[in-house]
Amino acid sequence: MEWMNNALGRKIPADIEGKTCAPFQGAFADSREEASTAFPQGARRAIPPRQKPDKRVAGWDALFDRLAIQNGAKISFHHHLRNGDRIVNEVVARLAARGVRDLTIVPTALFPVHDALLPYIREGVITKIEGSMNGAIGAACSRGEIQRTCVLRSHGGRQRAIQEGDISIDVAFIAAPTADPYGNANGLSGPSACGPLGYAKPDSEHAGTVVVITDNLVPYPCAPWSIQGANVDYVLEVESIGDSSKIVSGTTQITRSPTQLRIAQLAARFIEATGLMTDGFSFQAGAGGISLAATVFLAERMRKAGVKASFAHGGATKVLVDLLEEGLLGSIVDLQSFDLDAVHSCAKNARHIESDPYASYGPHSRGCVANMLDIALMGATEVDIDFNVNVVTHSDGVLLHGIGGHSDACASAGCTIITAPSFRKRIPIIREQVTTVTCPGEVIDVLITERGIAVNPKREDLLWKAKKAGLPCKEISQLMREVQAITGVPAAPRFTDRPVALIEWRDGSIIDTVWQLEAE
Amino acid sequence: MSDAQVLEAGFASKSDCLVRYTASADAVSVAVKSSVQTLFGEAIRCSALEMLDSYGVTTGRLDIEDDGALDLVVRARIEAVLRKVGFALQKGERRAAVRRPPTSRDRTRHTRLYVPGDQPHFALNADLFGADMLVFDLEDSVAGERKFEARILVRRLLENEFLFGKSEVAVRINVLRDECGKEDIDEIVAARPHVILLPKCESCSDVEILDRLLSLQEKESGIERGSIYIAPIIETSKGALAAAEIARASDRNVALCFGYEDFSRDIRARPAPVASAGAAQRKNAQTDALLAREMIVLTARSAGIQPLDSVFSDIEDTDGLTESCYQARALGFEGKAVIHPAQIEHVRRAFSPSGEEVERAKAIVAAYEESLKEGRGAVAFDGQMIDVPLVDKAKRVIEESGRGE
Repeated sequence: MEWMNNALGRKIPADIEGKTCAPFQGAFADSREEASTAFPQGARRAIPPRQKPDKRVAGWDALFDRLAIQNGAKISFHHHLRNGDRIVNEVVARLAARGVRDLTIVPTALFPVHDALLPYIREGVITKIEGSMNGAIGAACSRGEIQRTCVLRSHGGRQRAIQEGDISIDVAFIAAPTADPYGNANGLSGPSACGPLGYAKPDSEHAGTVVVITDNLVPYPCAPWSIQGANVDYVLEVESIGDSSKIVSGTTQITRSPTQLRIAQLAARFIEATGLMTDGFSFQAGAGGISLAATVFLAERMRKAGVKASFAHGGATKVLVDLLEEGLLGSIVDLQSFDLDAVHSCAKNARHIESDPYASYGPHSRGCVANMLDIALMGATEVDIDFNVNVVTHSDGVLLHGIGGHSDACASAGCTIITAPSFRKRIPIIREQVTTVTCPGEVIDVLITERGIAVNPKREDLLWKAKKAGLPCKEISQLMREVQAITGVPAAPRFTDRPVALIEWRDGSIIDTVWQLEAE
Repeated sequence: MSDAQVLEAGFASKSDCLVRYTASADAVSVAVKSSVQTLFGEAIRCSALEMLDSYGVTTGRLDIEDDGALDLVVRARIEAVLRKVGFALQKGERRAAVRRPPTSRDRTRHTRLYVPGDQPHFALNADLFGADMLVFDLEDSVAGERKFEARILVRRLLENEFLFGKSEVAVRINVLRDECGKEDIDEIVAARPHVILLPKCESCSDVEILDRLLSLQEKESGIERGSIYIAPIIETSKGALAAAEIARASDRNVALCFGYEDFSRDIRARPAPVASAGAAQRKNAQTDALLAREMIVLTARSAGIQPLDSVFSDIEDTDGLTESCYQARALGFEGKAVIHPAQIEHVRRAFSPSGEEVERAKAIVAAYEESLKEGRGAVAFDGQMIDVPLVDKAKRVIEESGRGE
């Protein structure tokens, strides 16, 4: 195998499966501009005969008879049903029973419920995953149990790759909480309601064949339609697409951890002190413990200062919905709803806007929602002294998370803030070099930990204001040494030279490689 | 060596480890199972081998089940097990002299945060939350059979140079009437806590005994005599009646603390049923302890030390907490104990001077300095004569307000 170094000095393969890898050249270099000129719009179809095509299929067997999926096919899924999803496991099990092998699955994300795929990975039913690999599946990938080299992309990167033909999906399976017999679908109602359904939109527009699977079939036309029937080939009605208790959590609990609360408080202070909290500003904060608490603290400061935000972007929770209804937020631009309050709000409030990866994160869109953000408040498993961020592997080298919208939000927002505890258990978060780079330091502005705030030297403006406000600013290498004095310096994991996964930057270039771990 | 064949210390929980020693005739061996194996498995093993060597252990088996404990915690747990077995330190394991910035008798003690002495997870970041004082507890939050390993853990926490530095550090020892409290002192003094909190203090001789033990240990550890302060806790009827002599029992005394829960139990106060009208107000009013609290304020003030109030134990009820702080402040207390970091901010805000008070203090200082410049002796402000104590008080108010967020 031949290797090369990309602009960050990370070692990447020269080619994988006969396809040349484009080395990452910079967050905005668009290294693959020339490679991706083709915009396949899916196979051209015959004009349907007059009147009402019948898309409904009688059952799973009838569906798979019509699909005739071959060995080596690429099939895709979305993750709006999160840990309650029943469709991914069902589809793979049925294909395995039909003797299909060598599948590539292209999920927008996987959850612990999908650990059930492990036997199919070991048996060679699934030989490649292009999408996030979490928990046990990530660990299996790190141990080299997935036959081919996998690919991890951000939500925006995945959308771009599908639109531009880097991934050609044979069949997209779209679990839909509500759909009509024509394939128009949304996620807003029904027993498996999940809120937006946008992550499936690129798949519905570009896959060779599109299947909508629902447990809540309504008469035509399903309104609103997040997925358009015009893109759908088949509609399958099933008993249940998901376990509703695991789709949305129901209540959103603010963290009790004093350390997380301190980080969140520092983040809110930083945002106000650096002048980012002005009338009409916008932010993205996830649904993690720190982000949620930071949103609450930020709202307190907004109230006190009489400031309103124009919109919040990303995942929606009760916390954001309450702010919307209070009038502190102009709008929520929502990619996925984490609790029932968010689902209901998305269904009934016109200012709670359902988005999709192209509109929210599309790297080759003509500007996406993330570009309108003043602040992105994101997490990390590791940050290095050049501010490069890792969100996919742990320091022991094991792949455990997907990228999500992290790279897209970080590279598009006006100010990117990473919040994280300075050490988890005994593992320090700041490293000389991160185990895997998923986002380059050039787009990371600040790291906020409970032991201090490190501002990227590129952002002297922020540093000056934060210092003036008496915030505990430190150089990032100083902060690293302070934490190492507490934890000790961890040993490095040992890798083989087999690449088990590639990390694609938003433009399709390779920013880093995940290596197979040495057997213990 | 004791009779038991297997002895253990610690917990197999986050930021801690469970260490087990099994006696045998075989050459000594170490087995490590850790959630951070790749990153620190070898480091844990090395620490274990070094400790075994220091304690001259040549046989048996040491099992360590770790969930991300810091090295100091790993060593504390190993030390506890080996000492329980009966091994004694033979050599090495250097105990560096603890360098700790000194405290002062009258530093601000609005908030003192209790940290359970046998749970490292709560201790690691305790210095970051802005408490004036951290109290590592060896008494009520530590079960009887865990006292031995808890005091070793607290000693090693205090010996650590990196975790603490902002807050004043104190240890609440066990009562001195049994061996447990004395063993706490023997273990802890070398780690130079700023203050020892003496629970269930009932007479001046309780304080005198502690004073003598401290002097002894200070000498042994090469620490300047009298440098470790004492804060007796009054939490019984006897203690309340003896408060005056307790407050003056030692030059080391810097504060007199009140412990409500134990006191209320001791005097057999019976609160009205929770369902009855006004129960919440009565709960916060702690009327059963009013006289005792006033006595503590009186006796502490007359002895020139700080009166510090008890905890407010409902961590959800922040309004109740604030109310009880205002009450304590009105009685003359200078601070309150807190049992969760989230309470600190509320207590600090309640005890810190308000904007109005700060403005007034600034005006007083300005008027005084003006009068000095002009060479005038006495000066009036707002109809009140300004004298040196008043100016000092005003300066303290300004200084405290400067602590900010």
